[in-house]
Amino acid sequence: MVPLSWYLLVAALLFCIGLYGVMVRRNAVAILMAVELMLNAVNINLVAFWRYLSPERPVGLAWAIFVLTVAAAEAAVGLALLISVYRNRGSVVAEELDLLKN
Amino acid sequence: MSFNLVEFLKSLVSLTVFDYVRQVWGDTPGVEIVLDIIGVLVVSTFCLLIVIFLIWLERKVIARIQDRIGPNRVGGRYGLLQTVADVLKLLTKEDITPAGADKVAYNLAPLTIVMAALLMWAVMPFAPGVIGVDLNVGVFYVMAVSSVSVVSLLLAGWGSNNKYALLGAFRSVAQLVSYEVPMILSLLIPILLARSMSTEQIIAAQDVPFIIMAPLSALIFFISALAETGRTPFDLLEAESEIVAGFHVEYGGMKFGMFFLAEFVSTLFMSGLFATLYLGGYRFFGLENLVIGDMEIGRLLGLIVFFVKMFTIYFIFIWIRGTLPRVRVDQLLNFNWKFLVPVTLVLILVVAILDKLAGGAGIWTRTVVQLVGNGVVGLVALELMRRAARRYRREQEAMVMTRRELASAPAEVTVSSH
Amino acid sequence: MVEQIVFILVSLFTLITAVVVVTNRNLFHAALALMASFLGVAGLYVLLDAGFLAAAQLLVYIGAISILIIFAIMLTRRLMHALESPFNSQWGLGAFTAVVAFAVMAGVIAQFWPVTPDSVTPLASRPEVSASILRGSVAELGRALVSSDAYVIPFEIASVLLLAALIGAIVVAWPKAEDE
Repeated sequence: MVPLSWYLLVAALLFCIGLYGVMVRRNAVAILMAVELMLNAVNINLVAFWRYLSPERPVGLAWAIFVLTVAAAEAAVGLALLISVYRNRGSVVAEELDLLKN
Repeated sequence: MSFNLVEFLKSLVSLTVFDYVRQVWGDTPGVEIVLDIIGVLVVSTFCLLIVIFLIWLERKVIARIQDRIGPNRVGGRYGLLQTVADVLKLLTKEDITPAGADKVAYNLAPLTIVMAALLMWAVMPFAPGVIGVDLNVGVFYVMAVSSVSVVSLLLAGWGSNNKYALLGAFRSVAQLVSYEVPMILSLLIPILLARSMSTEQIIAAQDVPFIIMAPLSALIFFISALAETGRTPFDLLEAESEIVAGFHVEYGGMKFGMFFLAEFVSTLFMSGLFATLYLGGYRFFGLENLVIGDMEIGRLLGLIVFFVKMFTIYFIFIWIRGTLPRVRVDQLLNFNWKFLVPVTLVLILVVAILDKLAGGAGIWTRTVVQLVGNGVVGLVALELMRRAARRYRREQEAMVMTRRELASAPAEVTVSSH
Repeated sequence: MVEQIVFILVSLFTLITAVVVVTNRNLFHAALALMASFLGVAGLYVLLDAGFLAAAQLLVYIGAISILIIFAIMLTRRLMHALESPFNSQWGLGAFTAVVAFAVMAGVIAQFWPVTPDSVTPLASRPEVSASILRGSVAELGRALVSSDAYVIPFEIASVLLLAALIGAIVVAWPKAEDE
């Protein structure tokens, strides 16, 4: 007897925790981790809507799979970029990557 | 229906004891939960205890292969209690945490690796109806859980605060992640032929065992299972005669024992999975449905058949360990990415197309068609590999020749300048 | 009742580990907490009868993405034991924004869907679906991903995206010739 709104609330909370992490962490790897949390929150919503609203059509599941794919691609490219940045600048602190400033 | 001891013992023998309990106490609340807990306890205790026997078996067989006797002191002339003594020794050792270790990771690693190894057994069908839970994504579940064990290697390597442990963990992760690819791809073929990911239904679909229908896929799965469980010829994770031990070099006592345990449990699981997916699991010419009088003896026979198949595969694992030398790390990765993965990808395509073409035909036609397809793919792959090897050897020889010429050339120059 | 307790435990586990992810100083421990959080989300999928997605979550997030993240942490580890704060100067503003965002979302959710489990309004509990539909949802999903009146185009685009990401990641992270 779990109402749909509970899942939505948990997902919203997880999303906001991730949002907080993205805004306040200094290390770029930590920012990426927070982004992954936000993507997970979105997926919870998709699956919950699938189960409660249209369990006979796999709409939510399909989109959750696409989000998973995009998350994997994003993690691979993002971390490759970070390693490349680290090799060139010796730091992955987001504030210090300000070559384009001024 | 009231409780009857004779009936109970009968159901115990025919492995239908859960059904019997449900018949007797089915209305009592909580009986399902108690049955679930008992089931989990039985399966996991079995997995943990059988390791004692497996280690003894391995040492004995390896000894015979190498023309030795093996354990023969503790517990009679066959050394049956040798492993028990070893376990007692591990248990009584001091529990050490290295200085500067990351305590959370260090202590979590042995736990997670054993948990992952045990969780996989949930979808293993031991006999008709004797299965933890028949998930509709059974095989996929197995792959998902086994991929978690990679994490514990990293935890162990990082938590030990030792550069050799960390390097060992990196090597192990590279190997396990690489060989996961051909393993998942080769598992797709039985799934494709059975049209289901549930282990029960894959067994039900094997009127002809899939090892006859798809021998190449079975071979690839077997090779990647060897690599996944880190056994010879792919035991670079441990390589006890060259490096000390990879990622678990800082572990001692029972924590080390848990890594060991997980390795044996997952090796046995891989043998069981091979038996289930390619050898028809508990099926053996209808023996699993046998009823004598009013005794349903089929389940017990099915269990025995399954164990015979599983231990045959396990014996082959040991046999290979006693026979083959270890590969080099670059050979290991090259073999995976340049040979196994492409072959498996081609094989999936061929099997899918042949299955579509011969879909309406009888079971034997389909078997022959698939067998021929597998054979052709395998032969072409072997021929390509042979050519590549020949080219490689020629290049090596050419390199040696030029080096010799270079070594002899300056001498001539000095002679002529005089 | 049991379902509610299980749900609350799983969600608390997910959320608490998520908080650890964004607040822990030790990046390695944050990555561990991230894995635990992914596990909790997989548990939520199981509660939602999406076993396939739960297994995919384990395989992709814990088995692949977390490993990548840990590798990245180890390869850029000079910052691991930095004594300075892991947060930038806008942490107050960030917290405020997150709280406001959550308040707005919670308000909207509470307005459209009943929050109390006992209410008679629809969606107060999972709708009953026959077991065969749930068992067949994976097959249904597979068919939807390759049928031309459903998701074949997004599916192909996703595979091209993965290939591009694969090649891109290799090219970006490849050491330059002068580094060697």
